[in-house]
Amino acid sequence: MTGRLLAVLVVALAAVTPAAASEQNPTLPELERELICPTCHETLAASTSPIAERMRVFIRARIAAGDTKSEIKAKLVDQFGESVLAAPPKSGFNLLAWVLPLAGIAIAAGVVGLLAYRWSRGRKGEEAGEPSTNGRFSLDPELERRVDEELARYDA
Amino acid sequence: MPGRVRIALQAAAVSVVALLLALLGWQVFQKDQTPDVGRAAPLFTLPHLGSEEELDLASLRGKAVVLNFWASWCGPCKDEAPMLESAWNRYKDKGVVVLGVDAQDFDVDAQRFVERAGITYPIVRDKHGSTLGHYGVTGFPETWFIDRQGRLVGEHVAGPLTEDDLERNIKIALGEPA
Repeated sequence: MTGRLLAVLVVALAAVTPAAASEQNPTLPELERELICPTCHETLAASTSPIAERMRVFIRARIAAGDTKSEIKAKLVDQFGESVLAAPPKSGFNLLAWVLPLAGIAIAAGVVGLLAYRWSRGRKGEEAGEPSTNGRFSLDPELERRVDEELARYDA
Repeated sequence: MPGRVRIALQAAAVSVVALLLALLGWQVFQKDQTPDVGRAAPLFTLPHLGSEEELDLASLRGKAVVLNFWASWCGPCKDEAPMLESAWNRYKDKGVVVLGVDAQDFDVDAQRFVERAGITYPIVRDKHGSTLGHYGVTGFPETWFIDRQGRLVGEHVAGPLTEDDLERNIKIALGEPA
């Protein structure tokens, strides 16, 4: 039990440490992927527009000044609005953009699970049906009657 | 599943689809379009560059307005600025306002641009670019002309202005023979 807990902690720490390092010591390439050029609406990484070049200069200067990733993004949002962010912030109304897809996946998974459960129960019900006289599972009575009639006619 | 529950679930599903379609329609309807000449100029209230004080376009009703969209990183905007400054000095006493709208820019760059170009006409700062869509601005510079009644008149000049463009359209905005 202690071993498992330790393993979970190690995995969680391994996931958190790079994120914290990235927040404290951001690099230009990662910020270029997380920001949008306001004129061409591509990521900074893909844009060669004049304002994208100017934004790179700004980001380099802020990294050199020791700003965190959040601080640099906040300063750019102040200049260009939230549309400069490649992903919407996880707060306020924008939180819906993060929550709704997850909620959709959860609801879809629930519906699929429910349908699978009902389907498997239906199958069990069928399998639990009483065997007919020949030892196999019973057919629909009407169908069975017609099969018997056909066999009788064939024998005659 | 009981019939009522099934109907309720179906109604909920149809409602969600209808809501999504309505959102799609709204988004398409709201898509930025170039306004028509002759229609009322889209109104806005924006802060002056380097100041908290705001300018309401409606407050300029009764004057002809040269509405110039620009950014400091735009080369043709640098060439155009002296022409606009000259027009401002010549026409401001005749009821013309040259109004610059700076967008997609850094404050500090815009202020440096204004100082270097010696611009004295009012400049407002559109940090979020909210006016660009309403005026169909797709690049810089672009210029619209507004008459004393607040209507868009003359030509929408998408690109650098010439002296002729400026003179002709200012006269149209003033209601004088071009």
